[in-house]
Amino acid sequence: MSEIILKIDGREVAAREGMTVLEAAQKAGISIPTLCHHEKLEPYGGCRLCTVEAEIRGRTQLVASCLYPVEKNLVVRTRSEKVDRIRKMILELLLAHAPDAFELQDLAQEYGADKDRFEKEPSFCLHCGLCVRYCAEVKKKYAIGFVDRGTKREISFIPEIASNECWNCKECFPLCPTEALQAAFVLTKAFAFPSPSLEPAPAE
Amino acid sequence: MDKARVDQIIDKHECEASSLIQVLLDIQSENHWLPKEALERVAERLQVPLTRIQHIATFYKAFSLVPKGRHKVHVCMGTACHVRGAQRVLDTVQDLTGIKPGETDLDLKFSLETVNCLGCCSLGPVAEIDGKTHGKMAPAEMAKVLKNYE
Repeated sequence: MSEIILKIDGREVAAREGMTVLEAAQKAGISIPTLCHHEKLEPYGGCRLCTVEAEIRGRTQLVASCLYPVEKNLVVRTRSEKVDRIRKMILELLLAHAPDAFELQDLAQEYGADKDRFEKEPSFCLHCGLCVRYCAEVKKKYAIGFVDRGTKREISFIPEIASNECWNCKECFPLCPTEALQAAFVLTKAFAFPSPSLEPAPAE
Repeated sequence: MDKARVDQIIDKHECEASSLIQVLLDIQSENHWLPKEALERVAERLQVPLTRIQHIATFYKAFSLVPKGRHKVHVCMGTACHVRGAQRVLDTVQDLTGIKPGETDLDLKFSLETVNCLGCCSLGPVAEIDGKTHGKMAPAEMAKVLKNYE
């Protein structure tokens, strides 16, 4: 395995080939905020909160560190003024959707994000895809997926699969940064699960 | 649409998971919508999770998960049609059919949809019914045209 030396926040960090900038930083004890990252799942690059400045051969660009592979002589800045400004904006936009998410509130405090900057539009789901990807990649049950697109995109259970598989799993529940997933599950259970006990008794 | 026909379409595409969208398009064009049973059959045969099929079927506007009417009415709401009174044409269609854009009436006669430009602005206001373009529509014209469809 060839070692790659790169610089993160002025520190020399050693990384293996094929690692991402985020992994290299975490290994060196440098924290980069993430929402959609999970070590058991493939990188997704959905939340863009892990955006960092990456400088190679004198050119600086903004990249999502959870997707960007380490490179020789790469210089990474995880807390520049520009990066902080971007993270603040992302947080403010997400807070308009889920103002009460603890994870977001903590980050908002760190980056000085104002949760009232944008008009509230509570949809609660941040589209991090953790539940969808966990169900597909780790559990391979495919009980939940995204439907629709753009601003109308949301998560949706397949009732027939969920009623069989979710009862004793629910491993995706603690992954959700808000509680949109739990709400979606309760709704699916109430409206769409086949429930023999509630069917009217056959007429005598 | 019966299961055998769905199987036929799947066989035509050699049961390839990468042909998923083609299979869905074929079912859509024959049946005018994608029934749940058909999607379940496609998922089973192509070995594609139902969540992915659901994602694709809701992503593209070409697919419909609800039944569509026999006649598809598209009313153009583009800028040129709009300034020439497309809204009043649309209102007429809504009044006569009793449905709003995106809906289908109970006896599956009409499905109403708005579009943003049909590419023939000089004919505005334009409406397209089952692929046939009706130009220079006025509310009264539109009512006359709709009467021809059964």
